[in-house]
Amino acid sequence: MTTPIITAHLGNPDARTMTGYQALGGYQSLRKALKMQRKDIVAEVKTSNLRGRGGAGFPTGIKWGFISPDATDVVLVCNADESEPGTCKDRELIYWMPHQLIEGCLITAYALKAEKVFIYIRGEMMREYKVLMQAVQEATQAGFIGDNVLGSDTKIDLIVHRGAGAYICGEETALLNSIEGRRGEPRIKPPFPAVVGVFQKPTVVNNTETLSNIPHIIEHGGQWFADLGTERSGGLRIVCVSGHVNKPGIYEIPMTMTFRELIEDTCDGVWKNNQIKAVIPGGSSMPPLDVSELDVPIEFDALMSDERIKPVEVKPGVPFDLGGGRKLRTMAGSGGIVVMDHTTDVVSVCSRIIDFYHHESCGQCTPCREGTGWLSKVGKRLARGEGKPGDVDLLSTIAQGIAGNTICALGDAAAWPVLGFITKFREDFENKINNQPKRVS
Amino acid sequence: MPSTFSRSSIDELNHLIDRYPTKQAVLLPALHLAQKEFGYLHHDALKAVAAFLDLSIDHVNGVATFYSMLRQKPSGTNVLRVCTNISCMLRGAYDVLRSFESELKLSPGESNDMFTLVEEECIAACSNAPAVLCGTSYFYNVTPDQVVSIVNDLRDNPQPEYEAMS
Repeated sequence: MTTPIITAHLGNPDARTMTGYQALGGYQSLRKALKMQRKDIVAEVKTSNLRGRGGAGFPTGIKWGFISPDATDVVLVCNADESEPGTCKDRELIYWMPHQLIEGCLITAYALKAEKVFIYIRGEMMREYKVLMQAVQEATQAGFIGDNVLGSDTKIDLIVHRGAGAYICGEETALLNSIEGRRGEPRIKPPFPAVVGVFQKPTVVNNTETLSNIPHIIEHGGQWFADLGTERSGGLRIVCVSGHVNKPGIYEIPMTMTFRELIEDTCDGVWKNNQIKAVIPGGSSMPPLDVSELDVPIEFDALMSDERIKPVEVKPGVPFDLGGGRKLRTMAGSGGIVVMDHTTDVVSVCSRIIDFYHHESCGQCTPCREGTGWLSKVGKRLARGEGKPGDVDLLSTIAQGIAGNTICALGDAAAWPVLGFITKFREDFENKINNQPKRVS
Repeated sequence: MPSTFSRSSIDELNHLIDRYPTKQAVLLPALHLAQKEFGYLHHDALKAVAAFLDLSIDHVNGVATFYSMLRQKPSGTNVLRVCTNISCMLRGAYDVLRSFESELKLSPGESNDMFTLVEEECIAACSNAPAVLCGTSYFYNVTPDQVVSIVNDLRDNPQPEYEAMS
């Protein structure tokens, strides 16, 4: 069993307090970082191969590198708006280890010369907000946050900003608009946040799990972190396992582990000794895997390119084109792994996923606003067993009309699982139509 | 319902105005405060926020109606958020929701004095599904037969969201 890095003290209430966290060595990395050159910290993080844990897997050090060393008014934003269905790690990290996150934010702010840090915490996380506010107060009293961090001339102000119920605010530009006191509607990119971010200032947005890793990278070095991972992806990563397994939970695992190993060994197998029907590999927006595709490692690049995973199709034999002829297999996303046993009605699950994205569409782009509504209508009647002949192709056609045609990725997030479920489980959809009771006279 | 902020809210808002780069950015915290103070965001509450932050009422209304936690009508003392998203659904969340509906005699979205029942999207408690949230209290691995005791518990020890947080 690999020794966990950022989840080692989950479940230990002492680690939540300033005293307890410091007894575990907490804030030593901040002290060390303040004695380092800013560019050396960025270099360590580049060496570490840390990739963003929010879903996209973008290399963190490279993202930081987009900020000009001459920029003076940089803002750091921590994305703690966790709400992708199946994902439940950031909430635990905040609740058990708030100081680990704060320390990660402060080191990053120092490295980027950011004097303002916002932690955007999801509105529904009221318990975690309370814990985080307590920790921020402790860190301020201890002199880690303020005009002279640990007596140095580094100035960092940290504001915890509560969301108010909107999945879309997890999208980074929507999040920035939300901080600015606007509706959480995503912005067109470019310009990217590193150039024009919140309040028009250069901005870095990092996920909670990503930032929680930073103190450990500074403590042990980027190479240590890189060595724990795969060639292009450093460290361990948290997966959140839910659904039909005997031991659901959050596990910090090496990215060489396969889905089968995770489910059978770590999670003690499928409940009731049932067989696996489908596995969502990284939050509900990712196309599912079927039982034949579980020997792939849970790693960013593998899930996008491993040929053992069947590409998503728009109709049998015709792969979906991600652009430039690239095929869509699936992605590691946010680490939310949802396991479904053989008794699961995957059509109903697909319909529930559609309804979520329909509910959360911000309404800005027509293909998403209208398309998710149409998907929802057709998906619901299929799930109820009232589908019409041609409905499966209709779903696929609508999904293709959304994917790639919207400002942000919510449109793709709605379309991809629909295409994925139909590709892997078309028979289940067809059976729902063909097995309806027929009036014979 | 003319609405004016209390002294402590005014102090808090002024403190936030000092820390945020723009006044408009204080809007979300101000709407949370208004909801805490006035119960829900009726027109006069929105007007008080707009006046305090020098924003148009239309902008404030546009933002207030975007976010699902900001309410345009009164809620019960306890806002019960029952997750029915996939991880919870796979472990029986709809049966749990039906039990809350029959125990409270409310449909999702409805309120009485003591309770508001919300069919919530994923609350990031997927590995403890089905999960229910009320204020700062989580209920994990909920079964339909636990619903009566959860409701009774919250009747005896209410969890109003803003009070639970402070």
